[in-house]
Amino acid sequence: MSDHDHHHDHDHSELSETELRVRALETILTEKGYVEPAALDAIIQAYETRIGPHNGARVVAKAWTDPAFKKALLEDGSKAVGTLGHVSRVGDHLVVVENTAARHNMVVCTLCSCYPWEMLGLPPVWYKAAPYRSRAVKDPRGVLADFGVTLPKEIEIRVWDSTAETRFLVLPMRPEGTEGWSEAQLADLVTRDSMIGTGFPKRPGAPS
Amino acid sequence: MNGVHDMGGMDGFGKVEPEPNEPMFHAAWEARVMAMVRAMGAAGAFNIDTSRYYRETLPPHVYLASSYYRKWLLGLEDLLVGKGFIAKEEVDTGHVVQPPKPLKHGKFELDDVERVMVRGKFGRTAPVPAKFKPGDKVRAKNIHPLTHTRLPRYVRGHVGMVERDHGCHVFPDSAATEAGENPQWLYTVVFDGTELWGPDSDPTVKISIDAFEPYLEPA
Repeated sequence: MSDHDHHHDHDHSELSETELRVRALETILTEKGYVEPAALDAIIQAYETRIGPHNGARVVAKAWTDPAFKKALLEDGSKAVGTLGHVSRVGDHLVVVENTAARHNMVVCTLCSCYPWEMLGLPPVWYKAAPYRSRAVKDPRGVLADFGVTLPKEIEIRVWDSTAETRFLVLPMRPEGTEGWSEAQLADLVTRDSMIGTGFPKRPGAPS
Repeated sequence: MNGVHDMGGMDGFGKVEPEPNEPMFHAAWEARVMAMVRAMGAAGAFNIDTSRYYRETLPPHVYLASSYYRKWLLGLEDLLVGKGFIAKEEVDTGHVVQPPKPLKHGKFELDDVERVMVRGKFGRTAPVPAKFKPGDKVRAKNIHPLTHTRLPRYVRGHVGMVERDHGCHVFPDSAATEAGENPQWLYTVVFDGTELWGPDSDPTVKISIDAFEPYLEPA
């Protein structure tokens, strides 16, 4: 118990140093007239409420049910997503890549943390951390194993390293047993990781 | 620059550890840092490439030991000091000691928030025709710029194929040092895993990068 408490206090003091620094910086930026604190609050609120994997899930579900949309999406991701009107404005350079029985796609940014924010929200910590960034391009099957994902030996794995302002979204394969499902039902099956390529959509009837 | 941020292919960092039901921020200060970076960028204090460059130039041991938003915080402090918007003494003491420097787009206020929710445009009119087309074999140049570049080390010197042409984009290597946008053609170039990682590596793997034309030569 005392060990636990000690550990906890230690973590807390480290955090406080950073917190103080952040507060100091915000005070300076405010006092110098560079930023309005209420505008910072509004940015945070907008990120917390408006972006997230539900945006990408809707695009995927639409592609699963509408062949013409899917074709347009694979040709020009930004343009096709723009027609849905649910994201304030998707970046100009969204590339959607399709998983098939012969090819599995996976997205990484080895140099920093590039990620399709409008489609998936802010990236999870693991996406921005060294283990994923270092190994995804060299040992993608090993990385997938860390997620509990195993692919057939013969399937091609294509890793997309996001080294420019292009952004990549994986279009996963539609789960079997979903014939006749509505777009809204299908969107509930689409996970964030399935759109990064480190997971699959949920199966019908699987616990969410 | 050949920094520790250029992690593709490095070993020893261990397993990927996904966090179930991960929150968007793990502490309130992370959100403040994210918002300050977005706001100061939108106010015109720096461009996205410059902000990446400052994070990359954190000392290697600091880069590796710092959490993601801690890197953002340290990079932002260094950048704002480096560009003369704040003084080192102000960062250390939390008190203003010198007058503000004008921002290109003025103070960041509530009315400006929608601007940061819209992603910047990076496509530019092509000043010259493209040198390469899909299907062309190309070699990633064996270059080692000392400043910011988006050509990862693990592809340098290797042969791949141009797969897609994305048009002309702002060239990060120039923009990062505020040497202008210098638009360049951008291509998806795909490499066989065995070309990058040797004949014993997984033959089913292909890796692509998005490469600016100055990174490439015919092969």
